[in-house]
Amino acid sequence: MELQSLIYIFVGISFSIYIGIAWWARAGSTKEFYVAGGGVPPIANGMATAADWMSAASFISLAGIIAFKGSDGGAYLMGWTGGYVLLAMLLAPYLRKFGKFTVPDFVGDRYYSDLARTVAVVAVIFISFTYVAGQMRGVGIVFSRFLQVDVNTGVMLGMGIVFIYSVLGGMKGITYTQVAQYVVMIFAFTVPAVFLSLQVTDTFLPQAGLFAQTAFEFSDGVRQIPEGTYLMHALDQAVNDLGFNNYTEPGSVFNMFMLTIVLMAGTAGLPHVIVRFFTVPTVKDARISAGWALVFIAIMYTTIASVAAFSRVNLIANVQNVEYKTFVNGGVERADGTINDGSWFKTWEEGGLLAWNDRNGDGKIQYANGAAFDGAKGKPAFDGDKRGEHGERLTTNAKPAATADETKGSNGIANEIYVDRDIMVLANPEIANLPNWVIALMAAGGLAAALSTAAGLLLVISASISHDLFGQVIMKDKKTGKSTLSEKSELRLARGAAIVAILVAGYLGINPPGFVAQVVAFAFGLAAASFFPVIILGVFDKRMNKEGAIAGMLVGLTFTFVYIVYFVFMGGSKEDYLFGIAPTGIGTLGMILHFIVAYFVSRATPPPPKEIQDLVESIRIPSGAGAAVDH
Amino acid sequence: MTEEKAQAYWQENIRTILALLVVWFVVSLGAGVLFINQLNAIEISGVKLGFWFAQQGSIYAFVLLIFVYVYKMGKIDEKYGVSE
Repeated sequence: MELQSLIYIFVGISFSIYIGIAWWARAGSTKEFYVAGGGVPPIANGMATAADWMSAASFISLAGIIAFKGSDGGAYLMGWTGGYVLLAMLLAPYLRKFGKFTVPDFVGDRYYSDLARTVAVVAVIFISFTYVAGQMRGVGIVFSRFLQVDVNTGVMLGMGIVFIYSVLGGMKGITYTQVAQYVVMIFAFTVPAVFLSLQVTDTFLPQAGLFAQTAFEFSDGVRQIPEGTYLMHALDQAVNDLGFNNYTEPGSVFNMFMLTIVLMAGTAGLPHVIVRFFTVPTVKDARISAGWALVFIAIMYTTIASVAAFSRVNLIANVQNVEYKTFVNGGVERADGTINDGSWFKTWEEGGLLAWNDRNGDGKIQYANGAAFDGAKGKPAFDGDKRGEHGERLTTNAKPAATADETKGSNGIANEIYVDRDIMVLANPEIANLPNWVIALMAAGGLAAALSTAAGLLLVISASISHDLFGQVIMKDKKTGKSTLSEKSELRLARGAAIVAILVAGYLGINPPGFVAQVVAFAFGLAAASFFPVIILGVFDKRMNKEGAIAGMLVGLTFTFVYIVYFVFMGGSKEDYLFGIAPTGIGTLGMILHFIVAYFVSRATPPPPKEIQDLVESIRIPSGAGAAVDH
Repeated sequence: MTEEKAQAYWQENIRTILALLVVWFVVSLGAGVLFINQLNAIEISGVKLGFWFAQQGSIYAFVLLIFVYVYKMGKIDEKYGVSE
């Protein structure tokens, strides 16, 4: 069947399933809206957590990042999985025993302070919005590429879908939809990976493909790399010939160390992940649930490392020295008589994410280290729709022919292409000439990844506004300390807040602030420097009081925020890095500062009241968690 | 539950977590980051060991660690009669 019809069918079926589930699981009470009634089975919760966690960035971008970064990309793989070990042992069980609805709930109650609660609410909203803006953009990109509508229409379609199931179903609707989305996403990721693994290494399991030998001979432009070479040797040889660092060679160990810690602590401290563990029935279930979540995440993450290596080999093998005109119009014939179809190259070039600049004038594509365009990060600036002599898109910043000096490290080969890292996963099935239904599956998977994460984030935002800000701070009865909102009006408020959050997210998706790519550093750095330490101290240090917690949070947040803003957005130079720490890894230092400040301030001020110390005693013991407490 | 018993339960909980977190540190930040260059000297089927720990090995270990934790905590909960 034709690709476009297949895509409509796959995306259509998956969307109908999500909406059907949302209708079946719609929420009737605040408890169902915030924590799905506290009765989600651990395996289902694990699957939902995995879908919630694996965003458009994991699905679309991560393999591409690793394909180009090589060894250093391991920080992301370890960081985004290792955080679950911390979550399972240091946070999830105790928060479940505590048994309320949100992270600010815990901070506010444990530190008996509305100021602490408000700081937490602000941090939750800021972290979640920076994250969700990227997701809506991801939805837009997938829609525009696969359904051939423009990015803005794509974002609005995505908003509509998320609106239906998050406003209607709340946490309950979202959780069960995410279970379905996980299934769609994992099939969409692993099926093409298996095909690729078979094609590149003749090995069925992509994870094992890393250890296998290449199934074809290819030329990197400098030498022929024979069939049967170990995959990693072939890759190291090829990138080395082309002037890149070896794929398996690590860069700065110190910065990788800082980045890995920040990603681990940040993962464990992200509110939309933590809140998942409020939804299971018991403390024991919270522990097991974290295990299942990691199993489901690991299936994808261990595949990513292999996909990254395969796609880099495939890119070199398929584009090096092919004649552009024939390649993009039907394909060039390989030595073994098969056709290497380059129509994907043209499609992505039309989308502005690929570009070719024939620097040596031979009509053939060359790929090597270095930039082919003068822009920042070598990005091409397209000159409207003007075409060159081979039909390629022209740019206003194409670099002229390379000097011998420039190509010294790459054996005389000058790089002629710009490849956006985000396209590697989506283009992979096409680069490898896989069947159409695999590509259609990919489209449905990319959407599932973006939508599931966006919905989870929007719920956290709406809950912290309706429950924490209105219910526990603004509308609180001063005498009884209880919310004056009725169950019904809080539920209405929660739905209203979800609608506003979706509109803001949609706006951010359509008019993305220029820094979407850098916000990851922000979200993880801030989560690592705020929620992770404040919750751990709340459980493991009975003596920790509100003064210590507030001081710690403020110091951690401010330090991390200022450092990132200064070095990422205000053009601070590398030489001024504190101890040489890159902004992406600074959250680790923010976290350490948080721990130190909180410790000393708490020891210099009075201990927390008796009832708080009793609360800490009680959350340390699993029995009697029961259902999440209604208010 | 008496206070001493609660104390003992908590101590045992902390010991279990610490032991598992040591392993967690060794397989990820140890093998995959701090000692990656040393481990890269060992190669299996073309894959350098430090590189593998950073990209795949640590993840397998993480999964195992959580299930070991669940199992051990289940035992401790039973011993102190605090399981649900």
